Amino acid sequence: MLKLNNISKRFGGLPALSEVTFYVTKGKITALIGPNGAGKSTLINCISGIIPADQGSILFEEKEISGLQAHEIARRGVARTFQNLRVLPRLSVLENVLCGLTVKSDHSFLKAMLRLPALRHQERFLRLKAMESLDLFGLTKKADWPMAALPYGDKKKVEMARAFVANPGIVLLDEPVAGLNSEETARIGVLVKQMRTAGHTMLLVEHDMELVMDISDHVVVLDSGRCIAQGTPEEIRHNPLVLEAYLGKIGAAA
Amino acid sequence: MTPYQDLLQFIFSGLTSGAIYSLIALGFCVVHNTMGIVNFVQVDFVTLGGMLLFSGLFSFGLPMPFALAAAIIGVTLIAMLVEWIGIRPSRSDNQLVLIFLTIGISIILRGLMKLIWGKNRMAVPPLSGEEPIRILGATIMPQAIWILVLTALAICGLVLIFRHSSIGLAMRGVAANQEAAAIVGLHTGRVKAVSFGLAGALGGLAGVLVTPITTLNYDVGVLLGLKGFAGAILGGFGSFPGAILGGVSLGLLESLTAGYLSSAYKDVVAFVVLLLILFVRPKGLLGR
Ligand SMILES: Nc1ncnc2c1ncn2[C@@H]1O[C@H](COP(=O)(O)OP(=O)(O)O)[C@@H](O)[C@H]1O
Ligand SMILES: [Mg+2]
Repeated sequence: MLKLNNISKRFGGLPALSEVTFYVTKGKITALIGPNGAGKSTLINCISGIIPADQGSILFEEKEISGLQAHEIARRGVARTFQNLRVLPRLSVLENVLCGLTVKSDHSFLKAMLRLPALRHQERFLRLKAMESLDLFGLTKKADWPMAALPYGDKKKVEMARAFVANPGIVLLDEPVAGLNSEETARIGVLVKQMRTAGHTMLLVEHDMELVMDISDHVVVLDSGRCIAQGTPEEIRHNPLVLEAYLGKIGAAA
Repeated sequence: MTPYQDLLQFIFSGLTSGAIYSLIALGFCVVHNTMGIVNFVQVDFVTLGGMLLFSGLFSFGLPMPFALAAAIIGVTLIAMLVEWIGIRPSRSDNQLVLIFLTIGISIILRGLMKLIWGKNRMAVPPLSGEEPIRILGATIMPQAIWILVLTALAICGLVLIFRHSSIGLAMRGVAANQEAAAIVGLHTGRVKAVSFGLAGALGGLAGVLVTPITTLNYDVGVLLGLKGFAGAILGGFGSFPGAILGGVSLGLLESLTAGYLSSAYKDVVAFVVLLLILFVRPKGLLGR
């Protein structure tokens, strides 16, 4: 499904990612964990084309996607959410989700102009899909709200609704529960599981170990830009390297 | 003439020039909203509209409706070309650099227009008839009615595009957050080119409508463009209703000053009022 091979990225002289290699399996939730600054968000940015990787290859559905621009990668079926939100503040909630369907839309502006009646039909269909997605995330009542009026937790849900709406091949979730309270966290956990049941493939970056152990099928651990371990949640829980990486950081912080 | 008729006359003429300023102001706003810059080429879109209309009528012998449509489409395409070969290759996000680029392109375009159409003033005929019409005691030229009607239609079209089309959603998306727009699969460069095209269409329409009542030469758009820019700022730069309100206010201010004080002072008074309003409301009338 998604194969990362030897991905490296430096900022200035400092390595943020060093030769990261792992695979994401279709229909599974792969968790990417690691202490703060480990390079998790950087890796997500490289996959989605927000920043180019310095070297390595990224195969998505057997095709090379590294080097493509973000919008091209999105059109191949890679959707994502951001750790610190990239919503479209002046648009309504529904319009934000509609934007997620851009990847499915006909990209020729001229054609779009010429086929107005057909477009009308298509527009109604798109709205229906967007509303379905909002419904899934419990936001039906707020569909016409301006984005700026939503509380933080709902904004995160809108981003997820936008990422899932077009039925992408994979969704990259960068810390979907960061900044949420435990109740909201549990709710998102349920939603993510629901999404897997519906057949979605996900790469989930998360800090909340409990959540990760609960919902993921495969766990990859990143520390200082290196992939230090991977395996089932059970294996990771008992891996001494992982314990050291985590306890070491906590020890240093204390 | 009664005082009432005078006032009506001034209001009509103010609305007419205000409509032109509004179209230009809207052009400034469309590009500002997707790229965050002031696009100074907007002033040349106005001139180009007039020039292409002139050539369509007299060099190609097109009938007025076709010449008009061809001129607007022509400016739209040129505007997209400006974004494509003039702005995009710079690959810069620095807004000062981009604004400077638009100033440079504006100077180049004006030079080209001087080369192609010469320095002489030219006259473009009005869309229809030169017989003034009397409405409620005021006399207005048919061209003024065309200006008001076509401007109103253009504004409706703009609202439809922005509120109810996927292209409009794309433009608003890019305006709101470029990174978010890219990860949902929008080619931000292409969306920006479309916004340039739309700005060109608005400027071109202003040009074809206004040149029959002014005269036409290679820099006719500069002063008009400045007024449109002022209208956009007065309304709150970037806001569409603001651009319309700002443009119309400026037009009315000018014509009332010209009518009741002296036409020699109309620009001065209009700009003094503009400054005063901005002192009180720095964000403009409808700015966020
Ligand atoms: N755009 C950037 N420019 C420079 N350094 C960056 C940039 N993005 C991330 N970094 C650095 O890369 C490292 C990894 O950051 P990040 O990927 O955000 O970590 P994580 O998401 O795992 O907490 C950090 O040291 C961070 O300072
Ligand atoms: Mg991060």
